[in-house]
Amino acid sequence: MSEQRFPVIPPEKFRFVGTEGRLHDKKLETKPIGYFRDAVSRVVRNKSSVGAAIIIIVLVLYAIIVPMVCQNNYTLALTDTNYLNYTKLPPRISWLSWAGVDGTESKTVNSADYYRYRAMGVETGRDPVVDVYKAAYEDKNAASATTLYYDIRLDDYYALGMLEKTLTFDQYEAIQKWQDETGIQLIYPAADPKALTAYKGDADQRANIWYAVDSKGVAQLDENGNYQPIYLKGAADDYHSIRIEGDDGSYSYARVSGTSAAKSYTVRLSKYNYFIYCYGFEPSFAFGTNDKGQDILTRLAAGARFSFILAICVSAVNLVLGTIYGSIEGYYGGRVDLVMERISDILSGIPFTVVTVLFQLHLSKQVGVVGSLLFAFVLTGWIGMAHSVRMQFYRFKGQEYVLAARTLGAGDKRIMFKHIFPNSLGTLITGCVLVIPGVIFSESSLTYLGIVNLESSTMTSVGTMLANGKPYLRDYPFIILFPSLFISLLEVSFNLFGNGLRDAFNPSLRGVE
Amino acid sequence: MFKYVIKRLLLMVMVFFIIVSMCFILIKLLPNKPAEQFGKDKELIEMRREALGYNKPLLEQYAIFVSRTLIGGNWGISEGKYLGRDVWSVFIEKMPATVVVNLYTMIFAVPLGLLLGIYAALKKNKWQDHLISTGVMVFVSVPSYVYAFLVQYFLCFKLKWFAPLMKEGTDFFSWNMFTTMVPAILSLGFGTIAGLARYTRAELTEVLTSDYLLLARTKGLSRAQTTVRHALRNSMVPIFPMILGEFIGIISGSMIIEQIFSIPGVGRLYIESITSATPDYNMFMLLSAFYTLIGLVSGIIVDLSYSFIDPRIRMGSKK
Repeated sequence: MSEQRFPVIPPEKFRFVGTEGRLHDKKLETKPIGYFRDAVSRVVRNKSSVGAAIIIIVLVLYAIIVPMVCQNNYTLALTDTNYLNYTKLPPRISWLSWAGVDGTESKTVNSADYYRYRAMGVETGRDPVVDVYKAAYEDKNAASATTLYYDIRLDDYYALGMLEKTLTFDQYEAIQKWQDETGIQLIYPAADPKALTAYKGDADQRANIWYAVDSKGVAQLDENGNYQPIYLKGAADDYHSIRIEGDDGSYSYARVSGTSAAKSYTVRLSKYNYFIYCYGFEPSFAFGTNDKGQDILTRLAAGARFSFILAICVSAVNLVLGTIYGSIEGYYGGRVDLVMERISDILSGIPFTVVTVLFQLHLSKQVGVVGSLLFAFVLTGWIGMAHSVRMQFYRFKGQEYVLAARTLGAGDKRIMFKHIFPNSLGTLITGCVLVIPGVIFSESSLTYLGIVNLESSTMTSVGTMLANGKPYLRDYPFIILFPSLFISLLEVSFNLFGNGLRDAFNPSLRGVE
Repeated sequence: MFKYVIKRLLLMVMVFFIIVSMCFILIKLLPNKPAEQFGKDKELIEMRREALGYNKPLLEQYAIFVSRTLIGGNWGISEGKYLGRDVWSVFIEKMPATVVVNLYTMIFAVPLGLLLGIYAALKKNKWQDHLISTGVMVFVSVPSYVYAFLVQYFLCFKLKWFAPLMKEGTDFFSWNMFTTMVPAILSLGFGTIAGLARYTRAELTEVLTSDYLLLARTKGLSRAQTTVRHALRNSMVPIFPMILGEFIGIISGSMIIEQIFSIPGVGRLYIESITSATPDYNMFMLLSAFYTLIGLVSGIIVDLSYSFIDPRIRMGSKK
């Protein structure tokens, strides 16, 4: 029989072997448990990993949903100067008021401020002074010994008080129409400027004064202890809407100036009700507002979303680069490995901050701040992954099954990615997860230090929020509390989850627990 | 061994040289803001560019940089906040604050971390271990600036125990100065303690379950004896290089903590040199080189210390 050579063996040359005889071993009744099935089941059994995964999911949902729901409302409107006054309001959630999240703070105020807060309550019916701990005492250490001080619990939302605003005729009419429809009073009678000539308060305080005061702003009460109104009377102001109690119809609600063609009306608006007028609901910020008056809840979500997107991008790019680089290094070995190792040695020697600074200086004009930050992370980030892939290649490339695959005619690419690479998947997945908290931490540090500046009206980062809140740490700690809490939760849960994954993928721990 | 050390050192010098050269070229390619900081007068800018050596070809500038700076050790004068001063002297002046704060941190954090780790390992899987491990997990993960905020808010603002910012001056070893450094030391210390405790616990539990400890017990040593003589010594092999690495790292310090507590150290110098309107390129070059060198040196020392502590480990051997 002469030997025949076929470039491709035709199908008819194949023949089944042993179809006649019966096999006597039993069929497997359960499914085999593979590497990944095993790992997943071990992660699920680890309670702390599951808890961490749930926290991560909640944080991610927060970052996705909140900016979508709250976009385009007061939260991002930095350019609108009216809202700038709603600054540094403490957190207020109506259903959590029993736990102290009620927008109040304890404060020591002098008598001028105290009377002003009380007067707000008398005028609008919303008394900002919730509680008086210690009334009218003298403080020996204070600058002026004659001033009386009050320790009070102040509702910062009611203490917003009045805003002096100049309106056009149309705006003035629109507000009056709204007042008639809703029954909420927005415009309050103007104070007589003649009665306030001696008073030296700033415009913000001046807008709240509708009663007789001395030069320091302390209220001059009548014999019954009531405020003495100094409302402007008798001027024509086109007002035809709700009037305050005790108004006999003679109070003026605006100081009118300008010619008849273009009149402008300077009015006192209740800030609390003005918010309702603008947005249709009462002001209540779950995380409070920052020093610029932006809502921390949505700002933080925007920053968190940016952090997540950046971290996932970095993780993905690192995975691809690290895999390819590490595979080539590990598979070819020898001189290729030596040269490539030296390159990654040099890259890993550059301090990360230096890389970031140089990329910011060079690339931020061409590809933007975010792009250059991404480049900086990627430049050295893949080295760890490449290293672990390389180790796996060194471990497996000499094994018999690889030799078998080669004998069967598999090419380099097929052996690399079909036969050896899947062994390193476990470490790679763990690496990818553990990269994310690292990136978020570095990003927040860099933005905190001001090396990278991501702040704009629609975008922010956790680090910038921390840096902006830092000067107010003493008096308004909530500005810094929520970003800090967010980043701490994130780091802890990602590290827990990552460690759980690492244990689950560690073959030496298989079946031990 | 000797050959290996020489090889590593040569490699380090090469890597350092390449990194610093890359930094230099990248910096020189930037628009020259320092030359323009005294106004828009064209002639003046041109004169300053000439004086700063910007008008020569890049390669010539590089040659000057190598001969004058890398070999001669002259890093030039500051063009930013410390205008006109030698950057090296400014750098040396800022060094002690960073080193002292970090040294204090290490002095209190290292023993505490080791003790916690050892205690957790000895009480493995009891409630003490679970408590310490949970605490360690939280403290390792939470960023150091969050502790800094907590320390500053509660200890400095609420309880008024310490000053919120570090005192100015150079009397680093006086009691007054020390109390103003305590918040920074605490904030830096939490992470170090937790990291060290976690590492020690992992190493020690591994050693405690090994066979030779069982042998030591069978030959009649008490539990305390086995732990101190055998387990602790052996578990120190990987822990000691880690502590050593941290000790070298203290020179570079933490930029963010220095910023928060306004410590007049190297980290703040670095931030100032790049975030100001006129970036201080000479200062930036010097500090970048410094950070690079610290990283490379600590890597080598950590690697070499393994073989000094444990004679069984031979670095770079073919085996």
